[in-house]
Amino acid sequence: MTAEILPPPRIAIGPLGWLRRNLFQSPLNGLVSVLLGAALIWLLLQVGGWAIGEARWSVVTDNLRIFLIGRYPGDLAWRIWLSLAILSILSGLSAGVFGRTTRMLAVTLSAIQALLAVLIATSPIGLLGVLAYAGNAAAVWIAFVIGVRGRVPRRALTVAWIVSLPAAFLLIAGFAGTPLTSVATNAWGGLLLTVLLATVGIVLSFPLGVLLALGRRSRLPVIRILSTGYIELIRGVPLVTILFMADLILPLFLPGEWRLDRVARAMGGITLFSAAYVAENVRGGLQAIPSGQIEAAQALGLTGVQTNLSIVLPQALRAVIPANVGLFISLLKDTTLVTIIGLLELLGIGRAVLAQSESLGASLEVYAFVAGVFFVLCYAMSQASYRLERALGVGTR
Amino acid sequence: MTAVTPSTRAGAVPLWRDVRVLRLAAQLAVVLVIGLVVWFLVGNFVRATEARGLGFGFGFLGRQAGFEISESPIPFSATDTYGTAFLVGLLNTLFVSVLGIILATILGVGVGVARLSSNWLVGRIVGGYVELMRNTPLLVQLVILYFVVFLQLPAVGDSFAIGEAAFLNRRGLYLPGPSTSDGFGPWIGFCVAGIAVAVIARVVARRFEDAGQGSYRLRTLGLLAVLALPVIGWFAVGGAPLTFETPVLGTFNFSGGMALSTEFIALLTGLVLYTAAFIGEVVRGGIQAVRRGQLEAARALGLSEGQVLQLVIFPQALRVIVPPLTSQYLNLAKNSSLAVAIGYPDLFKIGQTMSNQTGQPVPVIVMVMGTYLAISLVTSLLMNIYNRRVQVAER
Repeated sequence: MTAEILPPPRIAIGPLGWLRRNLFQSPLNGLVSVLLGAALIWLLLQVGGWAIGEARWSVVTDNLRIFLIGRYPGDLAWRIWLSLAILSILSGLSAGVFGRTTRMLAVTLSAIQALLAVLIATSPIGLLGVLAYAGNAAAVWIAFVIGVRGRVPRRALTVAWIVSLPAAFLLIAGFAGTPLTSVATNAWGGLLLTVLLATVGIVLSFPLGVLLALGRRSRLPVIRILSTGYIELIRGVPLVTILFMADLILPLFLPGEWRLDRVARAMGGITLFSAAYVAENVRGGLQAIPSGQIEAAQALGLTGVQTNLSIVLPQALRAVIPANVGLFISLLKDTTLVTIIGLLELLGIGRAVLAQSESLGASLEVYAFVAGVFFVLCYAMSQASYRLERALGVGTR
Repeated sequence: MTAVTPSTRAGAVPLWRDVRVLRLAAQLAVVLVIGLVVWFLVGNFVRATEARGLGFGFGFLGRQAGFEISESPIPFSATDTYGTAFLVGLLNTLFVSVLGIILATILGVGVGVARLSSNWLVGRIVGGYVELMRNTPLLVQLVILYFVVFLQLPAVGDSFAIGEAAFLNRRGLYLPGPSTSDGFGPWIGFCVAGIAVAVIARVVARRFEDAGQGSYRLRTLGLLAVLALPVIGWFAVGGAPLTFETPVLGTFNFSGGMALSTEFIALLTGLVLYTAAFIGEVVRGGIQAVRRGQLEAARALGLSEGQVLQLVIFPQALRVIVPPLTSQYLNLAKNSSLAVAIGYPDLFKIGQTMSNQTGQPVPVIVMVMGTYLAISLVTSLLMNIYNRRVQVAER
């Protein structure tokens, strides 16, 4: 007996089938889809019409330099570019050498600098800036190819990372009395300050957070209580209060001759704040280590310090990388709060620009630009962290 | 090989290698170092305050504040004390936080469910909303809401009117507000009595149920009491105890009813929209954590989609949802301190004003931080109790 195999009815496959399965399963669903679709199209037309027609983007493009770097001297802006170039090459090499986990970082860095080049192209900053950042974006890929092909030693690359982060920072800050003149921190602003605050915050708070996490799990009651107390105290109060404290109260508690400038104080406040959150992330990683690992280390005769340094922490820290990327994203968003204590990061610059008479009535343009920059940065990083999480196999190991 | 003989004499282990001694010494060393740092800092502080002629103390709380607060749930004027001003700030923070938590939970559950909708368009739109909220700073959202949305609303004369009862303009939102008469106190008494009867009926009914007996009548009685007593009371006290007064446009502004300032509305909207996106993700995660078999079994039993959600999915999802939900509530309460950027007089904003005026930032910040800490602790405590109740259902 032969049965003729009929193809599925046309309504069940292809674009029509997709529509039926996803938008028009029932009359009610169909109605919802049509109404929502219409509303969405109307909204997109409105927003698009405004963005293309009415919006005065010149407020943003004319002031792009201060949006990006604040009052950082224009003739020294190459230092920022050079710092980014070093980081671009390193992340490209790492992506080639270490593979998947660092690849997302490299792609993100390259994409963001490419976007930066496009942005600069719309502004009066000039062709040199466009080429510089386009070059950085390309450098990531060139370094990637070199990393894949060539023999770049892993250890040297790790050391290069550890050295280059403070080097990049010092390059931007400069030294008084050397050819690399120092740039006063009150000239730092815009996106530069936003990124610096968040990066310095997360880098400096990391060791502190690891110590606090270990302290919270310590068998010594005094250390445990102090660490727990610190973590819970910081997590229980808003960041604004800590920034306020760092700005107004810290100077009262330091000797009169120690003059920390405002940016340094804000960085200190952000570091102390994020240390508590890093500690909780690391604690999560520590708890995920099977106790057999620790028992095996003890059976081998390792001391407590050795167990932590060579058995527990390497495993725990790898597991908390995605959580720390998440923390970095929220820190990046939280740096907007330093406007409240009077620093001009991206949002603060936006408000300063709006205070100029020629940008009257362009507040939506300015805020939309600020929000857009944050969205691009945070969305790119959150996607990277999501992939990182899957690549590291967190939760599946 | 020589056998290691365990030492039998006490004190065979020298003191400097005795683990107990070492542990004690390590802890003492930590305490000593921290003590020294604190001593150093406090010493500097005492010298700094003496040089500036400022004391340290909470005496200023009894002094006259001398500044006005734009909105307050309790009567406040510039002649009231700093202590009262602080209380106003606390009440404002609590007001916006509690209202924000309630609204964000409702919206967040909706977002979480809608994100899992079988309708592709609904899922995508809600997903876009969540990503937009989560990837931009709350402060930027608040500033946009306040300066670009709410301050650009029509002036008082051209307010948006919703059924001639609610009015929205750039000064704020004007809603019908409750207005009480003399009979209000006794009427509340009736309401409380009704609730009390219902609670007692429920407790007794539970007893009967535990004993395996029916309790249908008792439950009905309770329900009846809680519905009927307030109604009886309404008429018994003579004249309506509570009337809703609609705002009326006067020469310059609306009067009567309940007025919510633009600052409050912008802050509340911002906090709710932002937190709801996070709560939506928490709810989505919780629902996805419920095994698919549960859903299929519930459908196989013939429950409707609403019943499936309400009776099978939510009770199980709650176990996963409540702990991260708690931290979202805490975040909302802490984020309410961003009110300072748009001028809503919350705890932090009033603290800042007090610190500027008294020149005593240290006691003020101690009070502000202590209060936020207390709010956080009380919230986690309540949520932990709730969490335990939810977890008991686990099988």
